[in-house]
Amino acid sequence: MQKAIEIENLSVYYNDVCALSDVNLTVLEKEFLGIIGPNGGGKSTLIKTILGLIKPSSGSVKIYGKEPGSEQRILGYVPQFLKFDRNFPINVMDVVLMGRLPAGCPLFHRYTKEDREIAETMMEKLGIHELKERQIGQLSGGQLQRVLIARALAVQPKIILLDEPTSSVDSTSKHQIYELLKKLNEEITVIVVTHDTEAVSSHIKSLACLNTRLFYHGAPELDNETIQQVYGCPVELIAHGVPHRVLKKHEGDE
Amino acid sequence: MLEAVFKYSFLQNAFIGSILASIACGIIGTIIIEKKIVMMSSGIAHTSFGGIGMGYFLGIEPIMGALVFAVSAALGIVTINRKSRENTDVLIGMFWSLGMAAGVLFIAFTPGYPPDISSYLFGDILTVTRTDIWIMLVLDAIIAFTLISLYNILKAYLFDSEFSSVVGVKTVFIEYLIFIMIALTVVILIRVVGIILIMALLTVPPACAKLFTYDLKKIILYSILFGMLFCFAGLWMSYELQIASGASIIIIAGLIYLFLRIVTRRKLRNIV
Repeated sequence: MQKAIEIENLSVYYNDVCALSDVNLTVLEKEFLGIIGPNGGGKSTLIKTILGLIKPSSGSVKIYGKEPGSEQRILGYVPQFLKFDRNFPINVMDVVLMGRLPAGCPLFHRYTKEDREIAETMMEKLGIHELKERQIGQLSGGQLQRVLIARALAVQPKIILLDEPTSSVDSTSKHQIYELLKKLNEEITVIVVTHDTEAVSSHIKSLACLNTRLFYHGAPELDNETIQQVYGCPVELIAHGVPHRVLKKHEGDE
Repeated sequence: MLEAVFKYSFLQNAFIGSILASIACGIIGTIIIEKKIVMMSSGIAHTSFGGIGMGYFLGIEPIMGALVFAVSAALGIVTINRKSRENTDVLIGMFWSLGMAAGVLFIAFTPGYPPDISSYLFGDILTVTRTDIWIMLVLDAIIAFTLISLYNILKAYLFDSEFSSVVGVKTVFIEYLIFIMIALTVVILIRVVGIILIMALLTVPPACAKLFTYDLKKIILYSILFGMLFCFAGLWMSYELQIASGASIIIIAGLIYLFLRIVTRRKLRNIV
């Protein structure tokens, strides 16, 4: 199978602080990769480096063999939605249309009819079509999250990257979002940064554990030892309501 | 007052100046409010005082000196902000005070009687000249052209610059462009309301406009209209009461905002 993303010896430093150290990771086409790890473990940094928003201090990132930033319409990005100013004067349609923005800065750009049709299709797909005239401050967390996913899909990407898409949404929305990702994964590569390992375990095909270094990449089956390395503390592998709950059912639980 | 406007060309200049300043303010004020860079803009405004001093010192048009300083400050703030992770607040504080200090020194070194700098600090719309009007007209044209030609891209950048960058928008270019436009606007406003009061004319009209609409285009349009209203009312007040025009404009603006705030809140509550 073709390699969608190839990361070699990647290190990223913020001044003297090391965010990522010597990460090697290959993501195959149509992989459904979950990235887990503690806060400050470099998950968002990794995503942003793949997106070309952060330049690697050393090492390389290749997306279908090319540098990030040079390939415009391959990546769809769903950022953490909490960082948004919910009072910004923009409605749902205009947010989704951002996925159709042209590269560069062409003068007098206007969205075409085709752009609008694609945006409408994506909104229908995510069940937010009736909200298209709403200003984003009038949406619930789950709705806004779906708007952001629709926007990423409007790019018509080959790879979609989501940064904690299910934090602060209710469990119904959470379930719907993962079902949707699973369906999307039939055609495109999906990469999800998450804390929600319970939901991930039933959907993802592979797992990466990141805490500055990449500790594990493979099938979503983890043992205690790896978890301990990643999080730096023993974590119960599965227990409801515990932040670090991870994947494999361990004996005697429940 | 109306017949006086037809009679005296300085009053005509004041009116035209108000209109031109309101156009720039409505556009740029909305941008800096939505991008949350009001303090950066204030830093640029105050730095430009150094340029006014330099203008007097070198014997060139002070407003040209202000333009040079404002643009340099804008480029400096963006560049340092991008390159280092130094706290932007600190940076603004330094540009702000250094610019003003430079202005004071330049004026001290200028031979002859010290020029009247209070009209640059507090503005005097009644002294706006034909040359000022032409400069303002050109700057307005640049700002309006930029807004119209890059509207979709600007809006996307303001809302989410990261995502825009991922789809290939040249966000670095847009960022510099916005800051240069802020610098241009500041220079326009120096003559009308002065350095000290610039922030009010940039922020109050969009703040009023935002009470009425959630549409970015309408916010800009209403801001321009509010700006004109404030300027005309302030001008009238200053003419009738023989008080400083810049301060009058700002006081009127503040009072109208307060009034609208109270009225619209009541209205909103009724609707909800």
